[in-house]
Amino acid sequence: MSLLELDDLVVRYGAVEALKGVSLTVEEGEIVTLLGANGAGKTTTLRTISGLLRPSRGAITFDGQPLKNIPAHEVAAMGLRHVPEGRRVFPQMSIVENLEMGAYRDRKHLKVDMERVFGLFPRLAERQKQDGGTLSGGEQQMLAIGRALMGRPRVLLLDEPSMGLAPLVVQTIFQIIGEINADGVTVLLVEQNAAQALRRASRGYVLETGTIAMQGEASALLQDDRIRQVYLGESTGDEAQAG
Amino acid sequence: MRLSVLETKRLAACLGLGLLLAVITGPSGSQDHPSSGIRGSLLDVRVVDFLLFGLVVWALAFGLRRARQTEAVSGPTAQLRQTVRTALDRRGARPTSYLAMLLVAILVPLALAPAAQLSLFLDIGIYALLALGLNVVVGYAGLLDLGYIAFYAIGAYVTAYFTSASALPIHAPFLLNPFFVFPVAVAVAALAGIILGGPTLRLRGDYLAIVTLGFGEIVQILARNSDGVTNGSRGAFGVPGLSMHLGPLEYVFPRTKALPYYYLLLTILVLVMIAFSQLERSRVGRALAAIREDEVAAEASGVPTLRYKLVAFAIGASTSGFAGVLFATKQFFNPETFSLQASILVLTIVIFGGMGSLFGVVLGAVVLQGLAYVLRDPIPFIGFQVADADRFIYFGAVIIIMMVFRPQGLVPSRRRSREIKLSEQGLGHADAITGASEVKP
Repeated sequence: MSLLELDDLVVRYGAVEALKGVSLTVEEGEIVTLLGANGAGKTTTLRTISGLLRPSRGAITFDGQPLKNIPAHEVAAMGLRHVPEGRRVFPQMSIVENLEMGAYRDRKHLKVDMERVFGLFPRLAERQKQDGGTLSGGEQQMLAIGRALMGRPRVLLLDEPSMGLAPLVVQTIFQIIGEINADGVTVLLVEQNAAQALRRASRGYVLETGTIAMQGEASALLQDDRIRQVYLGESTGDEAQAG
Repeated sequence: MRLSVLETKRLAACLGLGLLLAVITGPSGSQDHPSSGIRGSLLDVRVVDFLLFGLVVWALAFGLRRARQTEAVSGPTAQLRQTVRTALDRRGARPTSYLAMLLVAILVPLALAPAAQLSLFLDIGIYALLALGLNVVVGYAGLLDLGYIAFYAIGAYVTAYFTSASALPIHAPFLLNPFFVFPVAVAVAALAGIILGGPTLRLRGDYLAIVTLGFGEIVQILARNSDGVTNGSRGAFGVPGLSMHLGPLEYVFPRTKALPYYYLLLTILVLVMIAFSQLERSRVGRALAAIREDEVAAEASGVPTLRYKLVAFAIGASTSGFAGVLFATKQFFNPETFSLQASILVLTIVIFGGMGSLFGVVLGAVVLQGLAYVLRDPIPFIGFQVADADRFIYFGAVIIIMMVFRPQGLVPSRRRSREIKLSEQGLGHADAITGASEVKP
């Protein structure tokens, strides 16, 4: 049985169907990436898994338990942590306070876990007292991921962690995602940076207007002609920008 | 000396201020000649005085700015400011200043006239209590509640219902001493807060404001129209005053004196402030801060946001209900007491005093409500008497000036100052009331 399973998920915003029956699985210990253009439904998928949106049809199963009507804060407490798009740190809280909020449900391992996060992100350790809102984009992304790790998740849902960051920072972030995964955390990664994401992931799914258009081993997707054209921008640069 | 564009603009603004003052203090128009007031104040010799006044204000400000530029680092006031700052930072300085303020609050009323004492209780004290409650909702949780006064009304009417056989057309089968109504009114107000909040706290910012505004209006209109229950617009007369009968301890609060009520209220204010400062530092307080800063991030971190927003709402409502009981035992009331204006006044006090700061909101009540009281008399030294109808103009002007020059409030909370600073650097938004804005999925 898979750790996380989506079965025929349909999500609507009013009359608009954002997801038209999405099914995917994530096995324990994997990095799975979800690719797709703007508006394909990637963020919607993550928000539905974490309970921020309610599906109108379909099932989500996490470790054998149905997630369909569980509120987001309970989903987080079950070990499924969502790092929302746009690095949403608490701007007026210091780095330490932000991390403490991540351990809101269970402060038993606060000290150990904070040391672990500071070990992963030495940049954060140097700025412990600084307000979240004054950090650079990359640091905020690190803080958002670190805050999610404070809840000792089994699955991490990452929504575009590379968005708007400098190439060098993107490298660091992806490297750390690899390290987190090596520690045993399963990762579902939504990305527009398809090349980087596929290189880290074991498998990938491609969303197109609310349906899974393609899926497979990451290495196979990297070789796929259509992926290369549309998402890796090997023939036309413009489309890669848009995708 | 040549003036920069900015200085010219400032000069124009100061002269404009002078003209405005000329109109405010000038003769009023009449129904037949509505513009005669403006003509009488502007096309008259007196306008020269006001223009001169504007010029003086500008010159002073200009001179001060010049002086400050040269002095900011080394001048005598810089040193003085530094000394004051270190004195305030010293350990023990805060408790001492709190004690000093408490002493002032205890001693000063003894020297005041009875009318001022009554105003101290009714206008300042009660509104300070209301503002403390609303501060939990607005300042801590970042929820904009425009119907806050409805819970105050609920507290007052519950008191009348349970304590008096004659204040309302209906009354409880058993009458209670007002002291026993406190828990009842608090519970009823909290329940009303939960009933209102349950379905509406899913809404964000502006939407919540509109729903609560509607709720406040509904409560007031219900009170006005339910003749058989609330006595309609005639209001509730004859709610008994507070009295204590605890074995040997017998004390009846005299209806004609305000001071006993004031001291009781002061005790309650101190207790509420201690309780709320504990609340702010508690687990719930941290959850509320997280909700205010980013609701989605809070929810994703495992904070049950809806539940905590309800808790904040209920705490605010019950504080308001509590104030309603105190008020009802001292003062006649009718539905007009609980108008939208009263809700907005409480909100103004919170913002003016400093959102999220306990001392700030109490001080806000003292300054704003005190100002309204002081303006009833001629202004000392100048002897200028503000006309009754004009009082709100000055009231408004004080608020505008305050918001322009010190948007964080009189005594800003630590977080609020940070918000303002961040937004000035373009790194956030100081609009904390709608702070947790939703990113479109």
